[in-house]
Formats: sequence, C-alpha cells, structure tokens
Amino acid sequence: MARHFSFRDFDWVLLGFVLMIAALGVMEIYSATLNTKFAGVHVKQIYWVLAGLVVLFLVSLLDYHILLDKVHWLYLASVVSLVAVALFGRKYMGARRWIQLPGGQHFQPSECVKVVLILALARYFCELPSRHASVSDILKAGLIAGIPMLLVLNQPDLGTSLTYVPVVIMALILGGLRLKHAGVMLLAGALAMPMVWHFGLKPYQRERLISFRQPEADPQGSGYQVQQSLIAVGSGGIWGKGTAKGSQTQGLFLPVPHTDFIFAAFAEEHGFVGAAGVLLLYLLLLMRLIHNAQTAPDRAGAFVIMGVVAVLTFHVLVNIGMVVGYMPVTGIPLPLLSYGGSSVLFTFLALGIVMNIRMRRFVN
Amino acid sequence: MPRRDDKIPQAKLMAIQYAILALLLVLAFRLARLQIGGSERFETLAERNRVRTIPILAPRGKILDREGRVIVDNYPSFSVLLLRDQVKGRDIDVEQIAAGLNMTPAQIRERMKKFASGPAYQPIVLKDDITPDELAFVESHRNELPELETIMVHRRLYPRKGFTAHLIGYVGEVSEAMLDLPRYELYQPGDIVGKSGVEQAYNDFLMGKDGSRRSIVNSRGKEVGRLSETPAVPGKQLRLTIDLDLQIAAEEALETVGNNGAIVAMDPRNGEVLAMVSRPTFDPNSFAVRISREEWNRLVTDEGKPLLNKAIQAQLAPGSVFKILMAVAGLQEGIAQDMHVNCGGGKNFYGRFFKCWVLAERRTHGVVEIQKAIYQSCDSFFYTLAERLGIGRIAKYSTALGLGRKTGIDLPQEVSGVMPSEEWKVRNFKQKWYAGETISVGIGQGAVATTPIQLARALGGIAMGGMLRRPHVANPSDLPPEFRHVSADYADEVRVPLDPRNWETITNAMVEVVNPIGTAPSAHLKDIDFAGKTGSAQVISNIGKAKIGGGHRFKDNGWFVGFTPRRNPEIVVAVLLEQGEHGYMAGRVTAQVIKAHVEKQRKRGLKLAGTPPQTTEISALWNGPGSGQEADALHGGRFRIELTPHRRKRALAAPGLELTPAPIPDYSRAGGGR
Repeated sequence: MARHFSFRDFDWVLLGFVLMIAALGVMEIYSATLNTKFAGVHVKQIYWVLAGLVVLFLVSLLDYHILLDKVHWLYLASVVSLVAVALFGRKYMGARRWIQLPGGQHFQPSECVKVVLILALARYFCELPSRHASVSDILKAGLIAGIPMLLVLNQPDLGTSLTYVPVVIMALILGGLRLKHAGVMLLAGALAMPMVWHFGLKPYQRERLISFRQPEADPQGSGYQVQQSLIAVGSGGIWGKGTAKGSQTQGLFLPVPHTDFIFAAFAEEHGFVGAAGVLLLYLLLLMRLIHNAQTAPDRAGAFVIMGVVAVLTFHVLVNIGMVVGYMPVTGIPLPLLSYGGSSVLFTFLALGIVMNIRMRRFVN
Repeated sequence: MPRRDDKIPQAKLMAIQYAILALLLVLAFRLARLQIGGSERFETLAERNRVRTIPILAPRGKILDREGRVIVDNYPSFSVLLLRDQVKGRDIDVEQIAAGLNMTPAQIRERMKKFASGPAYQPIVLKDDITPDELAFVESHRNELPELETIMVHRRLYPRKGFTAHLIGYVGEVSEAMLDLPRYELYQPGDIVGKSGVEQAYNDFLMGKDGSRRSIVNSRGKEVGRLSETPAVPGKQLRLTIDLDLQIAAEEALETVGNNGAIVAMDPRNGEVLAMVSRPTFDPNSFAVRISREEWNRLVTDEGKPLLNKAIQAQLAPGSVFKILMAVAGLQEGIAQDMHVNCGGGKNFYGRFFKCWVLAERRTHGVVEIQKAIYQSCDSFFYTLAERLGIGRIAKYSTALGLGRKTGIDLPQEVSGVMPSEEWKVRNFKQKWYAGETISVGIGQGAVATTPIQLARALGGIAMGGMLRRPHVANPSDLPPEFRHVSADYADEVRVPLDPRNWETITNAMVEVVNPIGTAPSAHLKDIDFAGKTGSAQVISNIGKAKIGGGHRFKDNGWFVGFTPRRNPEIVVAVLLEQGEHGYMAGRVTAQVIKAHVEKQRKRGLKLAGTPPQTTEISALWNGPGSGQEADALHGGRFRIELTPHRRKRALAAPGLELTPAPIPDYSRAGGGR
C-alpha cells in the first residue's frame, strides 16, 4: 500500500496550540515552585517538552497502520509491564506505579498503556463487520480495557485507571453502541455503585469522595485541598494577582501547585482572563483534533484520534473539575500544563500518532 | 480480518464537538462564578490563610497608694501560644509539645478542650511564665511545630508575703461562669481579669486593650513578612485612698500579735479607707501564673480562711463595741441619761441570771450610769437598757447606723452581717421573738453579726456627730464616670440624728476607755486624743464551750474600734482579733495604727515647724496582760513615753516593689535555639 506522506501536511496549527499551552505550563511551574524544594523543575519540564517533540516527530514517521497491525504485541507487552510493576515496581507514597530505569529516571508504564489501549480498541472496532456492536463485542471491548484497568487499579492508581474508561466509551459510541445497550450499561453501573463503594474503594478514596461532596465539613482534614484550591481560584479575581504573587500558591497553602493543582495556581495568578484563556486553548486543541478525525484517511485513524480526544477531554474535565470543586481529588494531571515527564511524554506520543494519521490523510 | 473503511458519520463527530464545547462552557461558568462572583469572599479567606494575627497583650495599670507609691506593678514574662489555625489538617503532636514545655499531654489536651468552641484563629495560651529553656524549645522547633508561638506578657507583681493581698485581690483567666455574666460579655476566653478585691472592682479601668501584630506566613507558619501592628493600649493607673505607711503599720501590728483577724482604718470625714488588712493572708503572686490545684485546695480548706477579706467578709458578733450603738439609741430615746443600774455582777431578767463580765473577777460594778457603763463596759447596764428599749428601737438605731446592711464599699463580695429584729426572726426562722433575746443583743451577742468595716463606719459616724460616709478605697472623683464603682443602693452620706449633748456623753466615755479607769488602759496613747471601745464576743456560749471541752478554737474574739482626735476625727480604726479574747489586745493594735497615723501627720507638721522630737516621763496606771475577762489588770508606775520611738521611715513602695525589682529571667540564650 503506497501512501502519500509529507511534512507539508504536518499540523502546525495543532502544534502551535500545544506549544502555547506547554509554555504557559512551564511559566506556571516556575512560579509555583519558586519558594519550594522543587524550585527549578520548570527547566526539567522544558527538557520533557523537547523530548516530547522528538517523540512526536519520530512517531509521526512510523505509519500508524504498522502500529495497528502489531497492536496485539504492544497490548501483550503492556500487560506484562504492568504485572512487572506490580511485582518489581518501586513503592513511592504508598503506591507501586513506577519502574526505575537505569540512570535514575522513573517511568510510569500506565501512561503508555493508554496509547496502546486506544490503538487496540480502534483496531477491534474497525474489524467489526456489523454497523452495531453486539453484546459480545461490548463484553470483549470491556475485557480488552478491563485487564490493564484492574492492574492499574491494583497499584493503586484510581486516577489513571479511570482515564481508560473514556477510551472505551468513545470507542463504543463510535463503534455503534445501541441505545438499549447503553441504557442497560448505565443501569448496571448505577447498581454496581454501592458494591464498588464498599468493596472496590480503599478508605482514603472513600474519604476523598466524601470530602468532595462537603469540602467545608472538614476544612482542616481531607477537604483541605479542595478548600484551598477554591480559595486560590476565587481570590484570583478577574485579572489575577500576577506571576509569583499568588498568596495561596506562594504561601504553599495550595497543595502540589505545580502538578495536580497547577490550574488553581494559574487561575490565582492570572485570574479569570488567564484561566478562561487556557480553557479556550484546550477547546481549540480538541476541536482541531476532531477536525483531524473528520479528515482522517480511514475509519481506524478517526478511531485513534477520537480515542486521544476522549483521553485529553477526560483529563481536562476531571482536573479542572477538581480544581473548581466539581470533581473529587483523584490525582489526574492536566495535560501539557502539569509538571511531569510521564504525562508530557504520553501527550506528545498520542499527538504524534495524530500527526502520523493526518500526514497520511490523502490516501491514494 | 478485513478492515472496514466506511467513515464515522460526521454527525456523530459534530455531536461530540458540541458536547465538549458544552462541558468546557460549564467549567468556564464555574470559573466566572468563583473568580468574578465570589472573589471578595475568597480574598478574605486567602487573607486569613496568609495573615497570622498574634495578640500584643496590654499591661494592666499599676495600683498606687494615695501618695502615688507603687503597690502593684508588672514584670515581663513569656507565654507559649498554640495557634490552631496553623495546624492545617495535621494532628497536633501533643507528646512532643508536652515534653518540650515540661507539661503533661493531659494538661495540653485539657487546654485545647477548654477552648475548642472558640474560633480557630484565636490563639490559646498553653503555658505562662515559661523558662528560658522552654522558650528555646519553641524557637528551635519553628519548622516542625509552626503552631507554637511565644509572646511577651506583662505579668502582675504583687507585694511580698501577701501584703495587702485581700484589698488588692488577684487576677486570673476569666472563667466560663464569668463569661456568662452581662458584665463580662465583651471578654474573650483566656482574658486575664481581676478575680477579687480592687483588681476585680476596677478591672475595666485597670485592664488595657490588647493590640495585635499581623504578619504574613506560609502554610508552614514561617513568617515571611509583616503587615501591620495595632499597639496595645495599656491599662490606666489606679490611685487608691490607702496610705502605704499606715497599711504597713497595720500589717505589722497584726503580724506582731500573731492572731488572725482584720484591721480597717478609714477617714470618717469622707469614707476614704486608709488601710485594710486581713489575716491569714495568701500570696497573690502565685495566682499571677496559673495556680496549682493543690495550692488552691490548701487555701480553700484552710481553717483560717486565708482567701476571705475579713475586713468586709467576716460576720461576727460585735460584743461590747455594740454598746456604743446601744448608748446612741438609749440617749436619743431619752432613756439612758438618768438610768442608774446596780450591777451585782449580773442581773435577773425573765427569771434568768445574765452575767456581767466583771463577775469573773469576783467583783461588781456597783451603781453604774451611762458613762461608766461605757468605759467599764458594764453588761448589767446594757441588759437593762436593752430591756427598756426593746428590740424594735435597738434594731431601728442599729440599722440606721448601718448594721445588717452592706456599707457599699467599692470592693466585691462584701457581706451584710445581721441585725436581728422581730420581723427578721419571723422572716428567717418563722418564729416569734423572745424577750430574752433582746437582753443578749444589748451587749452585742445573740444573733447580731457585724463586719469590721461596718463597725468602723458606724463608730466613725457617731464620732462625726451622726454623719456616716460610704467607705471607698478609690476616690470616685479621680475616676471617669464609667469606671466609678458606686452603687445607687448606698448613699454616699447618711445622717443619723445625734444630739450634741449625747455625742459629748458618749465620746467622753470612750476617751476614758483607754484611760486607767477604762477597759483598755494599755491602749493609752500619751499626747494623742484617742477614744475607742473594746469588745470581746463569744464565738459559742459558755455552756456550749464547757460541753465541747473548750479548746482554743472557741476563745472569744477581741474587738476594738477607736478614733482620733475625739473632736472632728481624722481616722477611725476597727480591729478584729480572732480568738483575741480581750478587747484590750485589739485596743493595743488599734493604738499602734492610730499612733502611726498621728506621728506621720505630726512629722509633716514638725518638718514645717522644725520642732525637735521629745520624750516625756509620765505616771500612769498600767496593766499586765493575761488577767481578767475584759479589763486590763491595773498597775501603777512611771513610764517613759517616747514620741520618737523607732522613727518609721516613709515607705517608698509596697514591700517587694521598692526598686522596680522585677524578677526578670534571663532569656538571652533563647533566641538562638539549642
């Protein structure tokens, strides 16, 4: 299959949005870590972004069809690496999520698994003969996503395992989920809730959910983070307090202001204007991605791009939702803005695949 | 497997686009609500986060005597505060704090529990008057224990050895019960307030207004900047009517005889209290820092009742001192002038023999008229007068002279005493008054109970010709109206009709009391126009005493009330000696105080006139102690009366406060930590 492929078709507009968000992220990481022991990590973040760009270009060179063809091997490798983490991973802050690489870096395989899952589900749904997904298709898709999900949940990393859910849902919607099946799934999900609450969640996770419901009930306890985040966002006002001038951020009242709560720090220092601007950038980024899905060369490509859209949207909604008190504290980073190598690399990896698909949109 | 190549329907992708747009709009609206709608509220919360408010405690005002000499001062010390708003979701490490501050974890938890209901931004005082080591502990653990802070506190420095303790009172943390009272509604838990005496009565005047320092802190409690400082407004200095020289003389006089009891000296012309002593005493300095439970229990259970200000809180039978009030009633009613009673060592009334004290010396008073009845304190005369007057008239005059009622002195917890009457008996005992009771009342026994301040006021008032003043320890005219401690229930001045001839009769007799023919010749003061009346009052009836076995616990109380000069008196002194047995012992104590006063006045005069002091030899009748019931045993002899015996030096300040002698501990090591 000869394919046309050219850097003329590289999505510079998309890359522009991505780099703008990443630049704002680097700036806010600098400001938020100024008075902490993390001071200077914004330079590291720049390196991560540069590394991400390299990954993006490298991935865009490799035809995504090859990835789709070999996805079963990738999937197998993912499951093996997750099992390896469970067995040999480094324990840090009560969770076994990281593998120590030679050279002292830590690597979180669960981020990479997300990309593999997108590819696996895309391939699965593209090979379905019928326009509608049957019950067994749904169960099989659920199984594909379910195995890595349970492994990640076991780490325990509720946040990351939840990010697999939107990929499945997006695949099911695009793959032709019948309304009645959707209804049954919602109902089953609702019925399973109490079971999950009692047996599936650990006590600290339950506490987080309770404190999310009533952050004022225990302002000194687990609701503290949400409360401080709301104070940071709210006190930012329209124009914000200025870079490195947010009292919540600089006074260390805001928890982890350079990772999970970076949006709160940004909103405090740059106000509604800045925060709404970042939201707008994310909207433009997502719209651009969907536009690429619309012009994708084939069904599988569109599936993959929409999988990326699903994951990014989920990240943005859950993270910002958490910052503004709409969502429980789950530890899901904000793509491109939050500090963190795994998160940055995943995002650029996923965007690399999108570029890859876009550059092959003119199918012979 | 074949790969399908049909495209995903555009409508589906469009729907997803709109869904994402809608969700992001929801977030945008939320942001608008928080950042535009709620910014003021959140700004306040952010300020509360970053701003730490540390109180600057205002020093209480000093307490001075009438000449401006210091009685109560302050000294600087450090206290540890617990800042609950700096705890931030962690558990307070009670064990570590307790170890560093030499406290028990239970004590800290108890403090925290006590203040649990208060707002978190209000600091709790964990420990007062910390040592330099404890201060160093707080300074060196700022990072681990950001919730601890130290502040400089002005602590009360009271005179040594309980000098003026009852009059001045003490301060302490405001109690929960006090906070419920309307008077304390503006106070905060943890405030230091006066709890008795002058400290309580004039608390609002003495207490300053605390200031505060606002500084910027981070979430670890580290101070990163200062915002503003509201300085504390110190409390105002309070000048009392007390004369420190006289107070010292009175304390020494009571200390020398060694009895428990009380002394009140006041100026009958205006009600100014010049000295007020009560024994046993306590050391209010140990109250300035939180008092230990054991020490408190010891003070409360002590039989001598050291916490009681006996000058205004002891209600005891006045004994023969009451005879002066009887004389006023008898003379004003026209009964006593021409009354002659033959004292046969007692008299029969209603079929019962009432003893006169003189019977114990196996003699009688013979025929007694009013003056002799006073200076010889003849019981038979006053039994008869009581019978003639009846309880109604006795109660009328006594009540008019202030018995059975508080004097309205500007000190808390004054008691009213008892002046019995027929109505009083019916009201309190639902019983009829027995005529025999009137006879006992006639000599100040029975149900009559008075406080030393009441007797000082009553006899001072009689000496003033019937003008009674409300006693006070601070001049209302020195104070702004809102701080005056004057109850409208008590008039500043009460006039009791007293015919000048009757006044003459009574005061003439009172002068004889301290002359050889009187009951207290040993209280005589050469060249001082001193008049008074002895009293000795049974704590329990003689029959009861015999029954129980009569230990020293039931010895009679001795009283003396005296004044000088007889005309236009300047000072009246009431002395109560618990188990003093004889009025003349109290008389000598009174004489000491009177002498100190007169000598001080004369010294002033001498300084002006430049006349040298002199010693005189006189001949007089004197006594030896330990004999008789009430009278001194009389002896003749020659005596040298020194007008300059151990010239008392004018006091500079209350004992222990002479040289701003604040016991300042050495905190210099603390700053660097250890």
